[in-house]
Amino acid sequence: MCGIVGLYLKNPELESQLGALFEPMLLAMTDRGPDSAGFAIYGDEVVDGWIKLTLQSTTADYDWSSLMGALEGRLGCSLDWFSNADAVVLKLNADEHQARAALTELAPEVRVMSIGQSIEILKGMGLPAAIAERFSLSAMKGSHIIGHTRMATESAVTMEGSHPFSTGNDLCLVHNGSLSNHSRLRQELKRRGLQFETENDTEVAAAYLTWRLREGDSLKQALDHALNDLDGFFTFAIGTREGFAVIRDPIACKPAVLAETEDYVAMASEYQALAGLPGIDQARVWEPEPATMYIWERKSA
Amino acid sequence: MKTIDLSSTPVRELNQALHVQAGAVTEREWLVTHPDGKHNLAVGLNEAVSVDIQGHSGYYCAGMNQKATITIHGNAGVGVAENMMSGLVHVKGSASQSAGATAHGGLLIIDGDAGARCGISLKGADIVVGGSVGHMSCFMGQAGRLVVCGDAGDALGDSLYETRIYVKGSVKSLGSDCIEKAMRAEHLEELTELLNRAGFDEDPASFKRYGSARQLYSFKVDNAAAY
Repeated sequence: MCGIVGLYLKNPELESQLGALFEPMLLAMTDRGPDSAGFAIYGDEVVDGWIKLTLQSTTADYDWSSLMGALEGRLGCSLDWFSNADAVVLKLNADEHQARAALTELAPEVRVMSIGQSIEILKGMGLPAAIAERFSLSAMKGSHIIGHTRMATESAVTMEGSHPFSTGNDLCLVHNGSLSNHSRLRQELKRRGLQFETENDTEVAAAYLTWRLREGDSLKQALDHALNDLDGFFTFAIGTREGFAVIRDPIACKPAVLAETEDYVAMASEYQALAGLPGIDQARVWEPEPATMYIWERKSA
Repeated sequence: MKTIDLSSTPVRELNQALHVQAGAVTEREWLVTHPDGKHNLAVGLNEAVSVDIQGHSGYYCAGMNQKATITIHGNAGVGVAENMMSGLVHVKGSASQSAGATAHGGLLIIDGDAGARCGISLKGADIVVGGSVGHMSCFMGQAGRLVVCGDAGDALGDSLYETRIYVKGSVKSLGSDCIEKAMRAEHLEELTELLNRAGFDEDPASFKRYGSARQLYSFKVDNAAAY
């Protein structure tokens, strides 16, 4: 079991409350996953030509100032950053590949959690409540957010094994279920040049989507391929820069419930996570069909 | 009427209070407020009490019911009325997967849709669904009746034994050993009675009947080598 939740705001007036609305959703899924938790929040976009990275360190007192100074010197670019618990959100007027290369050289111990123009991924081990508090989730603003509470099955309880997994620029994926063909898929994806940090089956799903998108698929096409090639049980929630998507395997063993109002679309493994949302009593609440894609996207982006 | 507010009372206390009724029923009517998708509400009741749940329920609501009438004024999560023995469970909204799984008796009414595997391994209860049912409904159904006023998903009645299935709408596909059967007078009568009991104003003549071809489950020892 794991718990997955997502909240996509249609009404921009709610953006200042995104974290406050979302935190109870994540906490409600503690029973489904007390091992680790994480979330990917979208908003605070950087302008074109800039990139945003979320970095996380395994040591709480990491010397981020020194690293940022060194990075600025190495890349010779403008740089803006702020820290949040053991993570740092870094905005750079630079190219992604240069930034990654410089980070690998200067601080191989630091992990790049996400990269894009909008996304920030924050995660950790322990109870969801502790993780939400550590990152001050309730105070966060943004347009949409997806989260995960983990009950470990396919790999050890580590920070690397916690979700969400980034699948490319501004894309991430959370998973409830288990994939049965992840070992073979991992080998195939490795041959295609994808890199893995864990033995986790979800990372394989994330890498699979990364590969499909790299091959030129749209998100819809990539998910269509995923339905054919991923074997096992899954409910996925996927975050993109413009919106988010929900998909279940054809057997639909793993639960999911969706709710939509004029103000938001919310998704969770169980209704309990949605019960506190404003206007939920009047919301359209339904269970997503097996092997069916549900995608919401901002039209302006 | 006894009211229990689940925003301030734990589910365990609700179920304990309902179970106390098994000895001597002192409260016939119960109202449960703020269920908010909580699991295991009103499970294992075995007296003729009535429980109204004002909102959406979580997993296994009204499981193992005997004699009680339980109404969910909202959607129901996985496994509503699982293993019901008798009594009535009425979901005013839609139900998630495995509604009425293994139920032996009683009536389950779902006004909206039911998810996958509705009535899986049904053992004698009746299920009447106002909307549609998901894939593999009545998988290995052994006895009882399933009535679907909407459509049925893939593999309806897969590996069916003796459950009778009535569907008004389309059937995406029939499961292994499930076939369409003639609607005889006795079936129209049975269906009319079920629709009336569930309170649905549908024309029984517009339904089709499905049942087991009985080719799969008659094991022949001569064929043992093939297994």
